[in-house]
Amino acid sequence: MSPAKRLLPQQEKVGGENRGNLLDVQHLKMHFPIRTGILQRTTGSVKAVDDVSFTVKKGETLGIVGESGCGKSTLGRSLIRLYEPTGGKILFGGTDVTTLKERELGLVLRRNMQMVFQDPNASLNPRKSLGSILMEPLRVHGIMSNKEDRMDHIAEILQTVGLHPAVINNYPHEFSGGQRQRIGIARALILNPELIIADEAVSALDVSIQAQIVNLLEDLQKRFELTYIFISHDLSVVRHISDRVGVMYLGKLMELSDKESLYEEPLHPYTQSLLSAVPVIRKKGSIKRERIILEGDLPSPADPPEGCVFHTRCPYAMPQCKSEAPLFREAAPGRHVACHLFN
Amino acid sequence: MTLTKERRIPNEPVLAEDFSLMGHEAIWKVMLRKFMKNKLAVIGAVLLFVIIGAAIFAPWLAPKDPSQQVLLDKLAPPGKDYPLGADNLGRDTLSRLLYGARISLLVGFASVAGSIFIGTVIGAIAGYFGGMLDAVLMRVVDAIISFPSLFLLITLVTIFEPSIFTLIGIFAVFGWTGTARLVRGEFLSLRKSEFVLAARTLGISNTRIIFSHILPNALGPIIVSATLGVGGVILAEAGLSYLGLGIQPPTPSWGNMLQSAQNPQIMLGAWWYPLFPGFMILLTVLAFNFVGDGLRDAFDPKIDD
Repeated sequence: MSPAKRLLPQQEKVGGENRGNLLDVQHLKMHFPIRTGILQRTTGSVKAVDDVSFTVKKGETLGIVGESGCGKSTLGRSLIRLYEPTGGKILFGGTDVTTLKERELGLVLRRNMQMVFQDPNASLNPRKSLGSILMEPLRVHGIMSNKEDRMDHIAEILQTVGLHPAVINNYPHEFSGGQRQRIGIARALILNPELIIADEAVSALDVSIQAQIVNLLEDLQKRFELTYIFISHDLSVVRHISDRVGVMYLGKLMELSDKESLYEEPLHPYTQSLLSAVPVIRKKGSIKRERIILEGDLPSPADPPEGCVFHTRCPYAMPQCKSEAPLFREAAPGRHVACHLFN
Repeated sequence: MTLTKERRIPNEPVLAEDFSLMGHEAIWKVMLRKFMKNKLAVIGAVLLFVIIGAAIFAPWLAPKDPSQQVLLDKLAPPGKDYPLGADNLGRDTLSRLLYGARISLLVGFASVAGSIFIGTVIGAIAGYFGGMLDAVLMRVVDAIISFPSLFLLITLVTIFEPSIFTLIGIFAVFGWTGTARLVRGEFLSLRKSEFVLAARTLGISNTRIIFSHILPNALGPIIVSATLGVGGVILAEAGLSYLGLGIQPPTPSWGNMLQSAQNPQIMLGAWWYPLFPGFMILLTVLAFNFVGDGLRDAFDPKIDD
């Protein structure tokens, strides 16, 4: 079977045949208003995602890492339009999906971009059987005309993710965590999407199960030419699965590079400190790696620092950093960084 | 094309052998088991079963015509002719209790069905969409709740002719606020849950998400509040009828059977006359409350069986 063969070949692919950019995110902003008082007046906003730009090539895996609260999950959810972005553009296969109404999203986004969620207990409706969880999207989108075809397709998808089709009438609570995450993946695959956003998809699982799910995701990627955005706080998993990695801090993208250069030679001071926190097994006699410990706490995203958002904790902060926000630009071929050190 | 032969998926897949070992118990069976553990709830359910059965089969069970007056037998004590005595117009109390059960239960169930429907729809809309719509709807709820309910009922009953249907209408239109708040709360928490987000990313419409994804998960509290609500409405109807504002004689209801017993002479001299309708009201409301508590436990996933 050729890797290009898909389960639902009739579907028109938004990305076309070229291996160009499937997703082009330009200056995406997602600000949540803070409302107070009886009148619910807007008194401020949480800048969960602030001016983030990047592209995702067809067939690659883009990892997004960052601490809790840095906006990485919000980024994923705005990309798939669970939130209405405050500003910026999301070009998906060349179509601007930022301003499309829910009704128009159907064919462009809903069938071609899917999400795998973090918590396998919460992401499946406890009152629906596995069969109806997978059947509903097919019915809603009018894919295949009769029940038998749909059941065949569901059985195929279940086998693809490593579940026996006989479990189709079981309810989510009857499965283990790893099996539930497989169901979540099956649900994301059922409409045969091009891009899958995995939001902490393995974070809630045991380490041994994590490995299985990561392998499954990699297998599926090869087989269906999937494109992934893999959001996680786990630097090692991201390193394993990604082609390129973006680092977020306080709603902004700090650095975006190919995996090797980012992990071997991080440019941004934040990336350096983040990576130095990963424990490594040292050979006897080898030089002890220096651990960069950041001063202070993570500032509130409702009131981010002026200038570079990282300057309050940056060991290399310069006067310029306090007043002027660094642009996110290419510092070396394929390596983008937002830092005044690299101007 | 066969998919599994080509590529072995790394493990923990569910194989056919594992499947036979996998527990597959329908949710309602688990609930029934939890319910049966609550003794009071089971007693309440049996009582309700008997009372509802008696109401349905009243024409066959009643020994006499409930409106037939035999003035010579007025206030007859319980005995051979009148198993539970007779009232101040010489009507058979047992027959009137049986027919009265029909009225009281009908008012209870129909009013609650109406108020649950209104409350669920309004609560679901407020909770799911939130924002301005939610704020407006909840202020309406606050406004309705802030009316003193007995005063409101008395005013409305005097404006509209008191009949079974106006009573049901009034109870339904003013009784939905509690349900609306409850359902709104459930929806507020469920609309952010990952399975709802997943449904949205799959392009499933809001209507489908509300009714087919969220509502079944909020059904437990709704059923519990409905059960408790029926008891409440029966009590309210009895209260109104006792004051002469509810079901009008000669149609018997448990409340208006008590009405003519207001006279202290009757109260003291013919204790059997007010005792039996009062006891039926007490028993029925208690039974509904016990069953409601049992259902609450049965629907609560946090309570293990």
